[in-house]
Amino acid sequence: MNYLEHIGKYFIMLKQVFKKPQKWSVFKETLFREIEDLGLKSLGIIMFISFFVGGVVAIQTALNVDSPFIPKYLIGFATKRSVILEFAPTFMSVILAGKVGSYISSSIGTMRVTEQIDALEVMGINSLNYLVLPKIIATLFFYPILIILAMFLGIYGGYVAGLLTGKFFSEDYISGIQLDFNPYFIKYALIKTLVFAFVIATIPAYHGYYVKGGSLEVGRASTQAVVWTSVVIILLNYFLTQMLLG
Amino acid sequence: MIEVKDLYKEFSGTPVLKGISTTFEKGKTSMIIGQSGSGKTVFLKCLLGLHIPEKGEICFDGRKHTELDIKSRRQLRKEIGMVFQGGALYDSLTVEENIMFPLKMFTKNSFAEMLKRVNFVLDRVNLVDANKKFPAEISGGMQKRVAIARAIVMNPKYLFCDEPNSGLDPNTATLIDNLIQEITKEYDIITVINSHDMNSVMEIGEKIVFLKDGVKAWEGTNKEIFKTENETIVNFVYSSNLFKKVREAYLNETNQ
Repeated sequence: MNYLEHIGKYFIMLKQVFKKPQKWSVFKETLFREIEDLGLKSLGIIMFISFFVGGVVAIQTALNVDSPFIPKYLIGFATKRSVILEFAPTFMSVILAGKVGSYISSSIGTMRVTEQIDALEVMGINSLNYLVLPKIIATLFFYPILIILAMFLGIYGGYVAGLLTGKFFSEDYISGIQLDFNPYFIKYALIKTLVFAFVIATIPAYHGYYVKGGSLEVGRASTQAVVWTSVVIILLNYFLTQMLLG
Repeated sequence: MIEVKDLYKEFSGTPVLKGISTTFEKGKTSMIIGQSGSGKTVFLKCLLGLHIPEKGEICFDGRKHTELDIKSRRQLRKEIGMVFQGGALYDSLTVEENIMFPLKMFTKNSFAEMLKRVNFVLDRVNLVDANKKFPAEISGGMQKRVAIARAIVMNPKYLFCDEPNSGLDPNTATLIDNLIQEITKEYDIITVINSHDMNSVMEIGEKIVFLKDGVKAWEGTNKEIFKTENETIVNFVYSSNLFKKVREAYLNETNQ
């Protein structure tokens, strides 16, 4: 199947996904379960990575601006900009594409090969709407929260790195992060996050839903899902940056 | 009654079903048999609407399944109960939640009413103390019973089973066969079973449709299968010495 066919099939899938849920009470129940599985269970890894990435960005910046002509507050400023504009929304989304994408793809794929999706269809349930819509809503709702948390922790990670390594003073770092704060950058990061959240929920769902075969194919679909989700995130990041900041 | 007329299905240009016509009646256990690759599963999936046939008609009590729109087809499917080969139970839900699932989706009953119905069907399939267990925690035979319980919880008009006793020991397989037949009589429903198990065919096959290479090669009852001279079905059903002897004994008994 060529790429165009896959793209067409993906959009046909979305048409089935965006239908009114057959039973709101069941949808609500599934949504809360998805928020837990896709959002809350990702909190730990996001907190851990963002904290250390922030620290590394601050140290790297400090090492590269070791000149008396460059003010030290630039370390805090650069860390804040890097974390808010790229590391939190894009880097964390790629991490989530790996963690959550493989989970979505393999769980839906396993349901496909064990005929659980057929069982839903035979009951008269729109399986795409039942399985994928709560995942989309859960990611759209929870990922902005995760990314905002990642921003705070990334910047805080930089601060702690300064304290621990002694490469820059915390006062300089704090004045750096307070300097030239542009709220539009937060908006830009959140717009990107929402787009990436949608991609993270739907591309792996597509790969899982249309898997054919057995466990080996589910594994392959899962790998493909992560690869394609990451590729699409990187490409969209390029276009969104040009559109929103260019 | 389910009427199938001239059903034709192909995959990538390769015909799998080549003009099958038959009927399945109320209160009877009908069986589809045939070698692997004969088109049994595809036929069953066409009946369920999971495959759309290229040609032909499937009528559920006068409603042409093949011509219904998605909404009407979903409505019809609410009247269908299906027991999948592997059970197809939802891994993340307990036995109780699995059976309650269709009730939650399609009824406005209170939780207490739904639980009462779940316990009733679990009792009907002789499964007690399994409500809170997950599918992975129960045996294959128990999973089949849960699948049957889930299939009948909505009081279906049509019950389909894909190899309901595959992978089960002979004792449990017989229990499952008897259970399906009892349910068919008790609720006066149309039951269609896809099976390889000749024991089941002889025991509960009130109507047997034999498929060979995508065509209906023979049709009859479990009594007629003993007497038939049709070489194709005789070669298939009586391929083992045991069944040959059973047939001889039956024929001798009926001739005396």
